[in-house]
Amino acid sequence: MKGSMIIVGFFVLGIVCGIYHWLPDTVMQADVSYYVLCALMFFVGVSVGCNTDTLKSFRKLNPLLTLLPLMTIVGTLAGCSIATLLLPHRSLTDCLAVGSGFGYYSLSSIFITQYRGPELGMVALLANIVREVITLLGAPLMVRWFGPLSPISVGGATTMDTTLPIITRNSGEQFVILSLFHGFLVDFSVPWLVTLFCSI
Amino acid sequence: MLKIVAIMLCGMGVGFLLRKRKLAFVPVMVTVLIWLLLFFLGAEVGANPSIMHAIQNLGLEALLLSLAGVAGSIALAWALWRLASRKKKGGKP
Repeated sequence: MKGSMIIVGFFVLGIVCGIYHWLPDTVMQADVSYYVLCALMFFVGVSVGCNTDTLKSFRKLNPLLTLLPLMTIVGTLAGCSIATLLLPHRSLTDCLAVGSGFGYYSLSSIFITQYRGPELGMVALLANIVREVITLLGAPLMVRWFGPLSPISVGGATTMDTTLPIITRNSGEQFVILSLFHGFLVDFSVPWLVTLFCSI
Repeated sequence: MLKIVAIMLCGMGVGFLLRKRKLAFVPVMVTVLIWLLLFFLGAEVGANPSIMHAIQNLGLEALLLSLAGVAGSIALAWALWRLASRKKKGGKP
């Protein structure tokens, strides 16, 4: 939660600098953010590639439950397709791109800003922050009403880090590996799906 | 666009080759770069008057998309849980 507050803090600081034009124009126009994004993706790749222990522990999972990441992705995209009907000025692919953040607000908003501009980028940022907050606050009720898998699915890409403690406390310790596995796969799908929906 | 995904795949290769070493600086780099990019996103939003005027509507849109995604994923996760607990009555997940 503290990490999220710092990230939101930087976003707000950026807004203030933007409103009062405190940044030199050369920084804004020279695609600096694109090169920073390239560097970020390289390091995200490194951290995935050197994490072989997590991959090994996935063999102990119940085969049926390994379908959960697929349920999360299909369910989210179906929900966002329905929401498109209420947002006539947004295209289906815009809504699907926002949904494909799966709570990974930093990466998805950065990608969408790069491909579709800052307006949709901000929608993606807010929508995915809200998703993480819903997971953190709603996990106990979700477990009671919809079973122990529901907070993992709602947590989306965050279930291997920020929402993992909340999930293990509410769904139970036996779901740690499933939660990691789910977060790993959904996390990995974010750049692919966002790029896909922004390019069609 | 594919360039960025290709860069990530290169990073994964490098990470796999260096998996025996302690790469403590990698998570730090990721965090700092994310801060920097969110700062840039904020700066772009702030410098764009049309977005600042529409900020309330954009917030509502975000809320709607978020709730729709949450509802969809809960529905399918619930269905999978019911299927799994029927197959393995009382068994460990």
